[in-house]
Amino acid sequence: MDELRKERVDRSLKVRTEGIYAISSMEEIIYLLGPRLLFVVGILILPFLLEAAPYWKRVMSIMCAYAIIAISFDFLSNFVGLVCLGGALFTGVGGYFAAIFNHYLSLPIYFSLPLATLCGAIFCTLVLLPALPLRGVYFAIVTLMYPLLFSRIIEAQNILGGTNGISGIESFPNPYMEQYTVILILVFSLFGMRRFVNEDIGLVFRGVKDNDQAVKASGINVTTIKIYAVFLASVMACFSGAYIAHLYMWAGLSLFALDFSIIPIASTVIGGGGTLIGAVIGSFILVPLSEILRAAGTLRIVIYCVVLTLFILFKSEGLMIYLQRKYHQFERWVKV
Amino acid sequence: MSEEVILSVKNLSKSFWGLKALIDVSFDVRKGEIFGIIGPNGSGKTTLINCITGFIKPDSGRVYFKDKEITGLKPHKIAHMGIARTFQIMRPYYSLPAYKNLIIPLWSPRAKKLGGWRGGGKHGDRDTVAVDILEEIGFERDSRVPYKLASTLPTGYQKRLELARSLALRPEIIFCDEVFSGLSMSEIAGMIPLIEKMKMEGITLIMIEHRLRELFRVADRVMVLNFGEKIAEGDPHKVIEDKRVKEAYLGSEHVEV
Repeated sequence: MDELRKERVDRSLKVRTEGIYAISSMEEIIYLLGPRLLFVVGILILPFLLEAAPYWKRVMSIMCAYAIIAISFDFLSNFVGLVCLGGALFTGVGGYFAAIFNHYLSLPIYFSLPLATLCGAIFCTLVLLPALPLRGVYFAIVTLMYPLLFSRIIEAQNILGGTNGISGIESFPNPYMEQYTVILILVFSLFGMRRFVNEDIGLVFRGVKDNDQAVKASGINVTTIKIYAVFLASVMACFSGAYIAHLYMWAGLSLFALDFSIIPIASTVIGGGGTLIGAVIGSFILVPLSEILRAAGTLRIVIYCVVLTLFILFKSEGLMIYLQRKYHQFERWVKV
Repeated sequence: MSEEVILSVKNLSKSFWGLKALIDVSFDVRKGEIFGIIGPNGSGKTTLINCITGFIKPDSGRVYFKDKEITGLKPHKIAHMGIARTFQIMRPYYSLPAYKNLIIPLWSPRAKKLGGWRGGGKHGDRDTVAVDILEEIGFERDSRVPYKLASTLPTGYQKRLELARSLALRPEIIFCDEVFSGLSMSEIAGMIPLIEKMKMEGITLIMIEHRLRELFRVADRVMVLNFGEKIAEGDPHKVIEDKRVKEAYLGSEHVEV
Protein backbone atom coordinates (compact mmCIF):
# COMPACT_ATOMS: atom_id res chain seq x y z
CA MET A 1 0.00 0.00 0.00
CA ASP A 2 1.28 3.43 -0.84
CA GLU A 3 1.96 5.75 1.98
CA LEU A 4 0.55 9.22 1.73
CA ARG A 5 2.21 12.42 2.72
CA LYS A 6 0.67 15.84 3.06
CA GLU A 7 2.30 18.38 0.80
CA ARG A 8 2.01 22.10 1.32
CA VAL A 9 2.38 24.57 -1.53
CA ASP A 10 2.47 28.33 -1.13
CA ARG A 11 -0.07 30.28 -3.10
CA SER A 12 1.82 32.07 -5.82
CA LEU A 13 0.70 35.53 -4.80
CA LYS A 14 3.58 36.10 -2.46
CA VAL A 15 6.63 37.45 -4.21
CA ARG A 16 10.08 36.81 -2.84
CA THR A 17 9.48 38.09 0.64
CA GLU A 18 7.04 39.02 3.32
CA GLY A 19 4.56 41.73 2.54
CA ILE A 20 5.15 42.03 -1.20
CA TYR A 21 2.41 40.64 -3.43
CA ALA A 22 1.86 40.47 -7.15
CA ILE A 23 -1.80 41.17 -7.72
CA SER A 24 -3.29 40.68 -11.14
CA SER A 25 -7.00 40.18 -10.66
CA MET A 26 -9.99 41.20 -8.59
CA GLU A 27 -10.06 37.75 -7.05
CA GLU A 28 -6.58 38.20 -5.70
CA ILE A 29 -7.42 41.60 -4.28
CA ILE A 30 -10.37 40.05 -2.49
CA TYR A 31 -8.16 37.19 -1.33
CA LEU A 32 -5.78 39.65 0.30
CA LEU A 33 -8.26 42.21 1.58
CA GLY A 34 -10.96 39.72 2.58
CA PRO A 35 -9.72 38.78 6.04
CA ARG A 36 -8.82 42.37 6.90
CA LEU A 37 -12.21 43.70 5.77
CA LEU A 38 -14.02 40.90 7.54
CA PHE A 39 -12.37 41.88 10.80
CA VAL A 40 -12.88 45.64 10.45
CA VAL A 41 -16.47 45.48 9.22
CA GLY A 42 -17.29 42.75 11.73
CA ILE A 43 -16.06 44.70 14.70
CA LEU A 44 -17.77 47.89 13.49
CA ILE A 45 -21.22 46.34 13.18
CA LEU A 46 -21.01 44.09 16.23
CA PRO A 47 -22.38 46.77 18.61
CA PHE A 48 -25.58 46.92 16.50
CA LEU A 49 -25.96 43.14 16.61
CA LEU A 50 -25.63 43.26 20.38
CA GLU A 51 -28.27 46.02 20.68
CA ALA A 52 -30.64 43.66 22.46
CA ALA A 53 -28.07 42.61 25.05
CA PRO A 54 -26.66 45.64 26.87
CA TYR A 55 -24.67 43.38 29.19
CA TRP A 56 -22.78 41.89 26.24
CA LYS A 57 -22.19 45.33 24.81
CA ARG A 58 -20.34 46.12 28.01
CA VAL A 59 -18.40 42.85 27.72
CA MET A 60 -17.47 43.80 24.19
CA SER A 61 -16.02 47.13 25.33
CA ILE A 62 -13.93 45.38 27.99
CA MET A 63 -12.88 42.79 25.41
CA CYS A 64 -11.60 45.53 23.09
CA ALA A 65 -9.75 47.20 25.96
CA TYR A 66 -8.07 43.87 26.76
CA ALA A 67 -7.24 43.41 23.06
CA ILE A 68 -5.37 46.72 23.05
CA ILE A 69 -3.35 45.63 26.11
CA ALA A 70 -2.66 42.33 24.35
CA ILE A 71 -1.36 44.15 21.25
CA SER A 72 0.92 46.15 23.50
CA PHE A 73 2.18 42.94 25.15
CA ASP A 74 2.67 41.19 21.81
CA PHE A 75 4.58 44.18 20.46
CA LEU A 76 6.90 44.42 23.46
CA SER A 77 7.59 40.71 23.79
CA ASN A 78 7.68 39.51 20.19
CA PHE A 79 9.02 42.56 18.40
CA VAL A 80 11.34 44.14 20.96
CA GLY A 81 12.12 41.14 23.16
CA LEU A 82 10.94 42.73 26.41
CA VAL A 83 8.60 40.22 28.04
CA CYS A 84 6.59 42.40 30.38
CA LEU A 85 4.64 40.44 32.98
CA GLY A 86 3.31 43.60 34.58
CA GLY A 87 0.70 44.77 32.10
CA ALA A 88 -1.40 45.83 35.08
CA LEU A 89 1.10 48.60 35.74
CA PHE A 90 -0.10 50.36 32.58
CA THR A 91 -3.81 49.91 33.22
CA GLY A 92 -3.47 50.96 36.86
CA VAL A 93 -1.44 54.04 36.10
CA GLY A 94 -3.69 54.99 33.17
CA GLY A 95 -6.81 54.50 35.28
CA TYR A 96 -5.56 56.48 38.25
CA PHE A 97 -4.37 59.31 36.01
CA ALA A 98 -7.85 59.44 34.47
CA ALA A 99 -9.30 59.63 37.98
CA ILE A 100 -6.90 62.39 38.98
CA PHE A 101 -7.62 64.49 35.90
CA ASN A 102 -11.36 63.90 35.94
CA HIS A 103 -12.18 63.73 39.63
CA TYR A 104 -9.63 65.95 41.34
CA LEU A 105 -8.95 68.42 38.53
CA SER A 106 -12.52 68.27 37.13
CA LEU A 107 -11.41 68.04 33.50
CA PRO A 108 -14.11 66.75 31.13
CA ILE A 109 -13.71 63.25 29.71
CA TYR A 110 -12.53 64.58 26.32
CA PHE A 111 -9.44 65.89 28.05
CA SER A 112 -8.94 63.42 30.85
CA LEU A 113 -8.88 60.35 28.59
CA PRO A 114 -6.12 61.53 26.21
CA LEU A 115 -4.23 63.31 28.98
CA ALA A 116 -4.29 60.20 31.17
CA THR A 117 -3.05 58.13 28.21
CA LEU A 118 -0.15 60.45 27.56
CA CYS A 119 0.85 61.22 31.16
CA GLY A 120 0.40 57.58 32.14
CA ALA A 121 2.68 56.50 29.31
CA ILE A 122 5.35 59.01 30.31
CA PHE A 123 5.05 57.94 33.95
CA CYS A 124 5.27 54.21 33.12
CA THR A 125 8.27 54.75 30.84
CA LEU A 126 10.06 56.67 33.58
CA VAL A 127 9.45 54.05 36.26
CA LEU A 128 10.51 51.26 33.89
CA LEU A 129 13.77 53.01 32.97
CA PRO A 130 15.87 51.25 35.65
CA ALA A 131 14.65 47.85 34.38
CA LEU A 132 15.51 48.46 30.72
CA PRO A 133 19.12 47.21 30.76
CA LEU A 134 17.75 43.84 31.95
CA ARG A 135 16.99 41.11 29.47
CA GLY A 136 14.81 38.03 29.27
CA VAL A 137 13.51 36.52 32.48
CA TYR A 138 15.07 39.23 34.66
CA PHE A 139 13.07 41.95 32.98
CA ALA A 140 9.96 39.76 33.24
CA ILE A 141 10.34 39.27 37.01
CA VAL A 142 11.05 42.92 37.74
CA THR A 143 8.05 44.09 35.72
CA LEU A 144 5.83 41.58 37.52
CA MET A 145 6.67 43.41 40.72
CA TYR A 146 5.71 46.92 39.57
CA PRO A 147 1.88 46.68 39.77
CA LEU A 148 2.16 45.03 43.19
CA LEU A 149 4.43 47.83 44.34
CA PHE A 150 2.04 50.58 43.31
CA SER A 151 -1.06 48.94 44.73
CA ARG A 152 0.75 48.41 48.07
CA ILE A 153 1.88 52.05 48.13
CA ILE A 154 -1.69 53.26 47.55
CA GLU A 155 -3.00 50.86 50.18
CA ALA A 156 -0.38 51.60 52.83
CA GLN A 157 -0.32 55.36 52.39
CA ASN A 158 -4.09 55.54 51.96
CA ILE A 159 -3.66 57.98 49.10
CA LEU A 160 -5.87 58.30 46.00
CA GLY A 161 -8.85 56.88 47.82
CA GLY A 162 -6.93 54.06 49.45
CA THR A 163 -8.67 50.69 49.30
CA ASN A 164 -12.01 52.27 48.40
CA GLY A 165 -10.70 53.74 45.21
CA ILE A 166 -11.95 56.88 43.54
CA SER A 167 -15.57 56.82 42.43
CA GLY A 168 -17.64 59.34 40.57
CA ILE A 169 -15.52 59.45 37.43
CA GLU A 170 -17.46 60.85 34.50
CA SER A 171 -18.80 58.22 32.13
CA PHE A 172 -19.16 58.51 28.37
CA PRO A 173 -21.97 60.79 27.17
CA ASN A 174 -23.69 58.01 25.23
CA PRO A 175 -23.29 54.26 24.64
CA TYR A 176 -22.12 54.71 21.04
CA MET A 177 -19.32 57.03 22.07
CA GLU A 178 -18.40 54.49 24.72
CA GLN A 179 -18.15 51.60 22.27
CA TYR A 180 -16.76 53.26 19.19
CA THR A 181 -14.00 55.08 21.08
CA VAL A 182 -12.43 51.79 22.07
CA ILE A 183 -13.22 50.04 18.77
CA LEU A 184 -11.63 52.77 16.67
CA ILE A 185 -8.58 52.95 18.90
CA LEU A 186 -8.27 49.16 18.67
CA VAL A 187 -8.46 49.13 14.86
CA PHE A 188 -6.06 52.04 14.68
CA SER A 189 -3.53 50.42 17.07
CA LEU A 190 -3.74 47.09 15.29
CA PHE A 191 -3.16 48.34 11.76
CA GLY A 192 -0.84 51.09 12.95
CA MET A 193 1.42 48.64 14.76
CA ARG A 194 1.36 46.16 11.87
CA ARG A 195 2.57 48.94 9.63
CA PHE A 196 5.07 50.17 12.15
CA VAL A 197 6.89 46.86 12.71
CA ASN A 198 7.57 46.58 8.97
CA GLU A 199 8.88 50.11 8.56
CA ASP A 200 12.63 50.66 8.76
CA ILE A 201 12.48 51.86 12.36
CA GLY A 202 10.30 48.87 13.22
CA LEU A 203 13.02 46.58 11.86
CA VAL A 204 15.45 48.19 14.27
CA PHE A 205 13.08 47.28 17.13
CA ARG A 206 12.97 43.70 15.85
CA GLY A 207 16.74 43.72 15.57
CA VAL A 208 16.94 44.48 19.29
CA LYS A 209 14.91 41.35 19.93
CA ASP A 210 16.96 39.10 17.66
CA ASN A 211 20.38 40.37 18.62
CA ASP A 212 20.93 43.53 20.61
CA GLN A 213 24.73 43.20 20.45
CA ALA A 214 24.68 43.58 16.67
CA VAL A 215 22.41 46.61 16.95
CA LYS A 216 24.97 48.19 19.29
CA ALA A 217 27.72 47.30 16.82
CA SER A 218 25.73 49.19 14.18
CA GLY A 219 26.08 52.39 16.15
CA ILE A 220 22.55 52.49 17.52
CA ASN A 221 21.82 53.11 21.18
CA VAL A 222 19.77 50.09 22.27
CA THR A 223 18.51 51.73 25.45
CA THR A 224 16.99 54.61 23.47
CA ILE A 225 15.23 52.13 21.21
CA LYS A 226 13.86 50.28 24.24
CA ILE A 227 12.61 53.55 25.73
CA TYR A 228 10.69 54.33 22.53
CA ALA A 229 9.27 50.82 22.53
CA VAL A 230 8.12 50.94 26.15
CA PHE A 231 6.57 54.35 25.55
CA LEU A 232 4.62 53.09 22.54
CA ALA A 233 3.40 50.04 24.43
CA SER A 234 2.49 52.17 27.46
CA VAL A 235 0.45 54.56 25.34
CA MET A 236 -1.74 51.71 24.18
CA ALA A 237 -2.12 49.96 27.52
CA CYS A 238 -2.56 53.21 29.51
CA PHE A 239 -5.37 54.15 27.16
CA SER A 240 -7.09 50.88 28.06
CA GLY A 241 -6.64 51.60 31.75
CA ALA A 242 -8.02 55.11 31.46
CA TYR A 243 -10.88 53.83 29.32
CA ILE A 244 -11.81 51.14 31.82
CA ALA A 245 -11.76 53.71 34.65
CA HIS A 246 -14.18 55.91 32.71
CA LEU A 247 -16.28 52.88 31.75
CA TYR A 248 -16.71 51.71 35.35
CA MET A 249 -16.77 55.32 36.59
CA TRP A 250 -14.34 54.12 39.21
CA ALA A 251 -10.60 53.70 39.66
CA GLY A 252 -9.41 51.35 42.34
CA LEU A 253 -6.79 48.84 43.31
CA SER A 254 -8.31 46.20 41.03
CA LEU A 255 -6.89 48.15 38.08
CA PHE A 256 -3.54 46.85 39.28
CA ALA A 257 -4.92 43.29 39.51
CA LEU A 258 -3.16 40.31 38.01
CA ASP A 259 -5.96 39.90 35.42
CA PHE A 260 -4.62 42.80 33.40
CA SER A 261 -1.18 41.20 33.31
CA ILE A 262 -2.21 37.60 32.67
CA ILE A 263 -5.19 37.68 30.28
CA PRO A 264 -3.30 39.66 27.60
CA ILE A 265 -0.42 37.17 27.85
CA ALA A 266 -2.77 34.20 27.60
CA SER A 267 -4.50 35.88 24.65
CA THR A 268 -1.18 36.31 22.86
CA VAL A 269 -0.27 32.70 23.51
CA ILE A 270 -3.49 31.19 22.18
CA GLY A 271 -3.79 33.74 19.36
CA GLY A 272 -0.21 33.31 18.19
CA GLY A 273 2.63 35.57 19.26
CA GLY A 274 4.20 37.93 16.78
CA THR A 275 1.10 38.37 14.62
CA LEU A 276 -0.56 41.23 16.56
CA ILE A 277 -3.97 40.21 15.18
CA GLY A 278 -3.50 36.93 17.06
CA ALA A 279 -3.40 38.81 20.34
CA VAL A 280 -6.68 40.52 19.44
CA ILE A 281 -8.39 37.26 18.42
CA GLY A 282 -7.10 35.69 21.63
CA SER A 283 -8.75 38.33 23.78
CA PHE A 284 -11.95 38.02 21.73
CA ILE A 285 -12.01 34.37 22.80
CA LEU A 286 -10.79 34.58 26.38
CA VAL A 287 -12.70 37.60 27.68
CA PRO A 288 -16.20 36.44 26.61
CA LEU A 289 -15.29 32.92 27.70
CA SER A 290 -14.54 34.10 31.20
CA GLU A 291 -17.89 35.95 31.21
CA ILE A 292 -19.80 32.85 30.10
CA LEU A 293 -18.03 30.84 32.75
CA ARG A 294 -19.29 33.13 35.50
CA ALA A 295 -22.34 30.85 35.48
CA ALA A 296 -20.11 27.95 36.48
CA GLY A 297 -19.25 29.64 39.76
CA THR A 298 -16.04 28.43 41.36
CA LEU A 299 -15.48 25.89 38.61
CA ARG A 300 -14.88 28.85 36.31
CA ILE A 301 -11.17 28.98 36.86
CA VAL A 302 -10.86 25.21 36.36
CA ILE A 303 -12.63 25.30 32.99
CA TYR A 304 -10.63 28.34 32.00
CA CYS A 305 -7.41 26.48 32.77
CA VAL A 306 -8.55 23.43 30.82
CA VAL A 307 -9.29 25.55 27.75
CA LEU A 308 -5.90 27.22 27.98
CA THR A 309 -4.13 23.88 28.42
CA LEU A 310 -5.93 22.41 25.42
CA PHE A 311 -4.87 25.33 23.28
CA ILE A 312 -1.27 25.05 24.38
CA LEU A 313 -1.25 21.27 23.86
CA PHE A 314 -2.91 21.13 20.47
CA LYS A 315 -2.32 24.54 18.89
CA SER A 316 0.84 25.67 20.61
CA GLU A 317 1.85 27.78 17.61
CA GLY A 318 -1.23 29.91 18.17
CA LEU A 319 -4.57 30.03 16.43
CA MET A 320 -3.67 32.84 14.05
CA ILE A 321 -0.44 31.29 12.79
CA TYR A 322 -2.36 28.08 12.12
CA LEU A 323 -5.12 29.93 10.27
CA GLN A 324 -2.67 32.00 8.26
CA ARG A 325 -0.90 28.85 7.12
CA LYS A 326 -4.18 27.25 6.09
CA TYR A 327 -5.14 30.39 4.21
CA HIS A 328 -1.88 30.99 2.39
CA GLN A 329 -1.04 27.41 1.41
CA PHE A 330 -2.67 24.67 -0.57
CA GLU A 331 -2.55 21.25 0.96
CA ARG A 332 -2.76 17.99 -0.91
CA TRP A 333 -1.99 14.35 -0.31
CA VAL A 334 0.79 12.90 -2.40
CA LYS A 335 2.21 9.40 -2.65
CA VAL A 336 5.56 8.94 -0.99
CA MET B 1 49.88 52.21 1.98
CA SER B 2 50.31 55.26 4.16
CA GLU B 3 52.22 55.28 7.39
CA GLU B 4 49.41 57.12 9.15
CA VAL B 5 48.36 55.29 12.30
CA ILE B 6 44.57 54.92 12.48
CA LEU B 7 44.24 52.81 15.59
CA SER B 8 46.64 52.74 18.46
CA VAL B 9 46.37 50.39 21.43
CA LYS B 10 48.56 51.05 24.43
CA ASN B 11 49.18 48.66 27.33
CA LEU B 12 45.73 47.10 27.30
CA SER B 13 45.07 44.66 30.15
CA LYS B 14 41.99 42.74 31.15
CA SER B 15 41.44 39.96 33.65
CA PHE B 16 38.35 37.92 34.45
CA TRP B 17 38.28 36.90 38.10
CA GLY B 18 42.05 36.57 38.26
CA LEU B 19 42.41 34.94 34.86
CA LYS B 20 44.59 37.29 32.88
CA ALA B 21 43.04 37.45 29.44
CA LEU B 22 45.13 40.34 28.15
CA ILE B 23 48.47 41.49 29.54
CA ASP B 24 49.91 44.83 28.47
CA VAL B 25 49.04 44.50 24.81
CA SER B 26 50.20 47.39 22.59
CA PHE B 27 50.08 47.74 18.83
CA ASP B 28 49.46 50.26 16.07
CA VAL B 29 47.40 49.71 12.96
CA ARG B 30 48.12 51.81 9.87
CA LYS B 31 45.42 53.29 7.70
CA GLY B 32 44.38 51.03 4.86
CA GLU B 33 46.29 47.91 5.83
CA ILE B 34 45.10 44.41 6.61
CA PHE B 35 46.29 43.56 10.08
CA GLY B 36 46.01 39.98 11.25
CA ILE B 37 45.73 38.86 14.86
CA ILE B 38 46.54 35.20 15.39
CA GLY B 39 47.12 32.97 18.37
CA PRO B 40 46.00 29.64 19.82
CA ASN B 41 42.54 29.14 21.31
CA GLY B 42 42.02 31.17 24.46
CA SER B 43 44.89 33.52 23.77
CA GLY B 44 42.66 36.58 24.13
CA LYS B 45 41.98 37.56 20.53
CA THR B 46 38.25 38.03 20.86
CA THR B 47 38.65 39.69 24.27
CA LEU B 48 40.97 42.17 22.58
CA ILE B 49 38.34 43.02 19.97
CA ASN B 50 35.68 43.30 22.64
CA CYS B 51 37.87 45.70 24.64
CA ILE B 52 38.57 47.90 21.63
CA THR B 53 34.99 48.01 20.37
CA GLY B 54 33.58 48.75 23.82
CA PHE B 55 31.72 45.51 24.53
CA ILE B 56 34.06 44.88 27.49
CA LYS B 57 35.72 47.58 29.59
CA PRO B 58 39.49 47.02 29.86
CA ASP B 59 41.08 47.13 33.33
CA SER B 60 43.87 49.39 32.19
CA GLY B 61 45.42 50.75 29.03
CA ARG B 62 44.23 53.12 26.36
CA VAL B 63 42.83 52.91 22.85
CA TYR B 64 43.16 55.77 20.36
CA PHE B 65 41.26 56.02 17.11
CA LYS B 66 42.68 58.72 14.84
CA ASP B 67 44.35 60.30 17.89
CA LYS B 68 41.10 60.48 19.82
CA GLU B 69 40.82 58.36 22.94
CA ILE B 70 37.97 55.85 22.76
CA THR B 71 38.81 53.70 25.78
CA GLY B 72 35.71 52.61 27.68
CA LEU B 73 33.18 54.35 25.43
CA LYS B 74 29.84 52.60 24.83
CA PRO B 75 29.82 50.19 21.84
CA HIS B 76 27.32 52.27 19.89
CA LYS B 77 29.45 55.41 20.33
CA ILE B 78 32.51 53.59 19.03
CA ALA B 79 30.59 52.13 16.11
CA HIS B 80 29.24 55.59 15.35
CA MET B 81 32.82 56.87 14.98
CA GLY B 82 33.43 54.32 12.24
CA ILE B 83 34.67 51.12 13.85
CA ALA B 84 32.55 48.16 12.74
CA ARG B 85 32.89 44.53 13.74
CA THR B 86 31.62 41.12 12.87
CA PHE B 87 30.86 38.44 15.42
CA GLN B 88 32.64 35.12 15.67
CA ILE B 89 29.39 33.35 16.41
CA MET B 90 27.23 34.48 13.53
CA ARG B 91 24.33 36.50 14.75
CA PRO B 92 22.10 37.56 11.89
CA TYR B 93 18.70 39.00 12.75
CA TYR B 94 17.05 35.61 12.43
CA SER B 95 13.47 36.72 11.95
CA LEU B 96 14.29 39.10 9.10
CA PRO B 97 15.06 38.39 5.44
CA ALA B 98 18.74 38.77 4.56
CA TYR B 99 18.44 42.17 2.90
CA LYS B 100 16.34 43.53 5.76
CA ASN B 101 19.29 42.72 8.05
CA LEU B 102 21.08 45.64 6.45
CA ILE B 103 18.28 48.10 7.12
CA ILE B 104 19.33 48.30 10.76
CA PRO B 105 22.89 49.58 10.14
CA LEU B 106 21.56 51.69 7.26
CA TRP B 107 19.10 53.28 9.69
CA SER B 108 21.86 54.10 12.19
CA PRO B 109 22.79 57.76 12.75
CA ARG B 110 26.16 57.20 11.09
CA ALA B 111 24.71 55.77 7.87
CA LYS B 112 22.02 58.44 7.85
CA LYS B 113 24.78 61.03 7.92
CA LEU B 114 27.15 59.41 5.41
CA GLY B 115 25.02 56.92 3.51
CA GLY B 116 25.83 53.20 3.31
CA TRP B 117 28.91 51.78 1.64
CA ARG B 118 29.99 54.34 -1.04
CA GLY B 119 27.37 56.75 0.18
CA GLY B 120 24.22 55.18 -1.27
CA GLY B 121 20.98 55.32 0.64
CA LYS B 122 21.61 58.60 2.38
CA HIS B 123 18.22 59.91 1.40
CA GLY B 124 17.06 57.16 -0.89
CA ASP B 125 15.40 53.84 -0.57
CA ARG B 126 17.22 51.72 1.98
CA ASP B 127 15.90 48.44 0.54
CA THR B 128 17.61 49.12 -2.78
CA VAL B 129 20.89 50.08 -1.14
CA ALA B 130 20.72 46.96 1.01
CA VAL B 131 20.37 44.72 -2.04
CA ASP B 132 23.19 46.67 -3.75
CA ILE B 133 25.52 46.01 -0.84
CA LEU B 134 24.53 42.34 -0.73
CA GLU B 135 25.23 42.05 -4.44
CA GLU B 136 28.72 43.48 -3.97
CA ILE B 137 29.38 41.00 -1.24
CA GLY B 138 28.37 38.02 -3.32
CA PHE B 139 24.61 37.53 -3.05
CA GLU B 140 23.15 37.04 -6.51
CA ARG B 141 20.76 39.90 -6.98
CA ASP B 142 18.21 38.10 -9.11
CA SER B 143 18.20 34.88 -7.15
CA ARG B 144 16.00 34.32 -4.12
CA VAL B 145 18.97 34.37 -1.75
CA PRO B 146 18.89 38.02 -0.65
CA TYR B 147 15.21 37.65 0.16
CA LYS B 148 15.40 34.48 2.21
CA LEU B 149 15.11 34.54 5.98
CA ALA B 150 18.55 35.09 7.47
CA SER B 151 18.15 32.00 9.65
CA THR B 152 17.75 29.76 6.58
CA LEU B 153 20.93 30.92 4.83
CA PRO B 154 23.90 28.55 4.58
CA THR B 155 26.98 29.35 6.68
CA GLY B 156 28.90 30.94 3.81
CA TYR B 157 26.16 33.44 3.19
CA GLN B 158 25.72 34.15 6.89
CA LYS B 159 29.42 35.04 7.11
CA ARG B 160 29.02 37.31 4.09
CA LEU B 161 25.95 38.83 5.69
CA GLU B 162 28.02 39.67 8.79
CA LEU B 163 30.51 41.48 6.57
CA ALA B 164 27.76 43.21 4.61
CA ARG B 165 26.19 44.41 7.84
CA SER B 166 29.42 46.05 8.95
CA LEU B 167 29.95 47.55 5.48
CA ALA B 168 26.51 49.12 5.56
CA LEU B 169 27.74 51.27 8.45
CA ARG B 170 30.36 52.73 6.07
CA PRO B 171 33.16 52.13 8.52
CA GLU B 172 36.82 53.14 8.48
CA ILE B 173 37.91 50.03 10.35
CA ILE B 174 36.31 46.59 10.33
CA PHE B 175 37.21 43.99 12.91
CA CYS B 176 36.61 40.59 11.33
CA ASP B 177 36.31 37.91 13.97
CA GLU B 178 37.09 34.63 12.19
CA VAL B 179 35.27 35.23 8.93
CA PHE B 180 36.96 32.21 7.32
CA SER B 181 36.22 29.64 10.00
CA GLY B 182 33.69 27.00 9.15
CA LEU B 183 33.91 27.74 5.43
CA SER B 184 34.97 25.36 2.68
CA MET B 185 38.08 26.05 0.60
CA SER B 186 36.00 27.28 -2.32
CA GLU B 187 33.93 29.55 -0.11
CA ILE B 188 37.12 31.06 1.29
CA ALA B 189 38.44 31.50 -2.22
CA GLY B 190 35.28 33.50 -2.89
CA MET B 191 35.76 35.63 0.21
CA ILE B 192 39.36 36.67 -0.45
CA PRO B 193 38.54 38.97 -3.42
CA LEU B 194 35.91 40.64 -1.22
CA ILE B 195 38.50 41.32 1.47
CA GLU B 196 40.87 42.73 -1.15
CA LYS B 197 38.09 44.85 -2.59
CA MET B 198 37.37 46.37 0.80
CA LYS B 199 41.05 47.16 1.18
CA MET B 200 40.98 48.87 -2.23
CA GLU B 201 38.09 50.99 -0.97
CA GLY B 202 40.40 52.26 1.75
CA ILE B 203 38.90 50.34 4.66
CA THR B 204 41.33 49.18 7.32
CA LEU B 205 40.74 45.54 8.19
CA ILE B 206 41.76 43.85 11.40
CA MET B 207 41.31 40.12 11.03
CA ILE B 208 41.32 37.51 13.73
CA GLU B 209 41.91 34.20 12.09
CA HIS B 210 42.81 30.58 12.64
CA ARG B 211 43.15 29.81 8.95
CA LEU B 212 46.74 31.02 8.61
CA ARG B 213 47.38 30.02 5.01
CA GLU B 214 44.39 32.05 3.81
CA LEU B 215 45.08 34.96 6.14
CA PHE B 216 48.69 35.26 5.00
CA ARG B 217 47.53 35.63 1.41
CA VAL B 218 45.91 38.95 2.28
CA ALA B 219 47.49 40.28 5.49
CA ASP B 220 50.12 43.02 5.40
CA ARG B 221 51.21 42.50 8.98
CA VAL B 222 50.23 40.12 11.75
CA MET B 223 50.46 40.07 15.51
CA VAL B 224 50.66 36.91 17.58
CA LEU B 225 49.00 36.56 20.98
CA ASN B 226 49.68 33.78 23.46
CA PHE B 227 48.03 33.60 26.88
CA GLY B 228 47.09 37.26 26.59
CA GLU B 229 50.56 38.49 25.72
CA LYS B 230 51.86 39.79 22.44
CA ILE B 231 54.78 37.61 21.44
CA ALA B 232 55.49 38.79 17.92
CA GLU B 233 54.48 41.33 15.31
CA GLY B 234 55.46 42.07 11.74
CA ASP B 235 55.56 40.55 8.28
CA PRO B 236 53.47 37.36 8.30
CA HIS B 237 56.12 35.11 6.78
CA LYS B 238 58.83 36.38 9.12
CA VAL B 239 56.62 36.18 12.18
CA ILE B 240 55.86 32.55 11.53
CA GLU B 241 59.58 31.72 11.52
CA ASP B 242 59.94 33.21 15.01
CA LYS B 243 60.90 30.50 17.48
CA ARG B 244 58.50 31.62 20.21
CA VAL B 245 55.63 31.71 17.76
CA LYS B 246 56.39 28.24 16.50
CA GLU B 247 56.53 26.88 20.01
CA ALA B 248 53.52 28.68 21.40
CA TYR B 249 51.18 28.69 18.52
CA LEU B 250 52.03 25.87 16.22
CA GLY B 251 53.70 23.55 18.70
CA SER B 252 55.70 21.82 15.99
CA GLU B 253 58.91 22.26 14.05
CA HIS B 254 57.27 21.20 10.80
CA VAL B 255 55.51 24.30 9.69
CA GLU B 256 54.74 24.95 6.09
CA VAL B 257 53.18 28.17 5.01
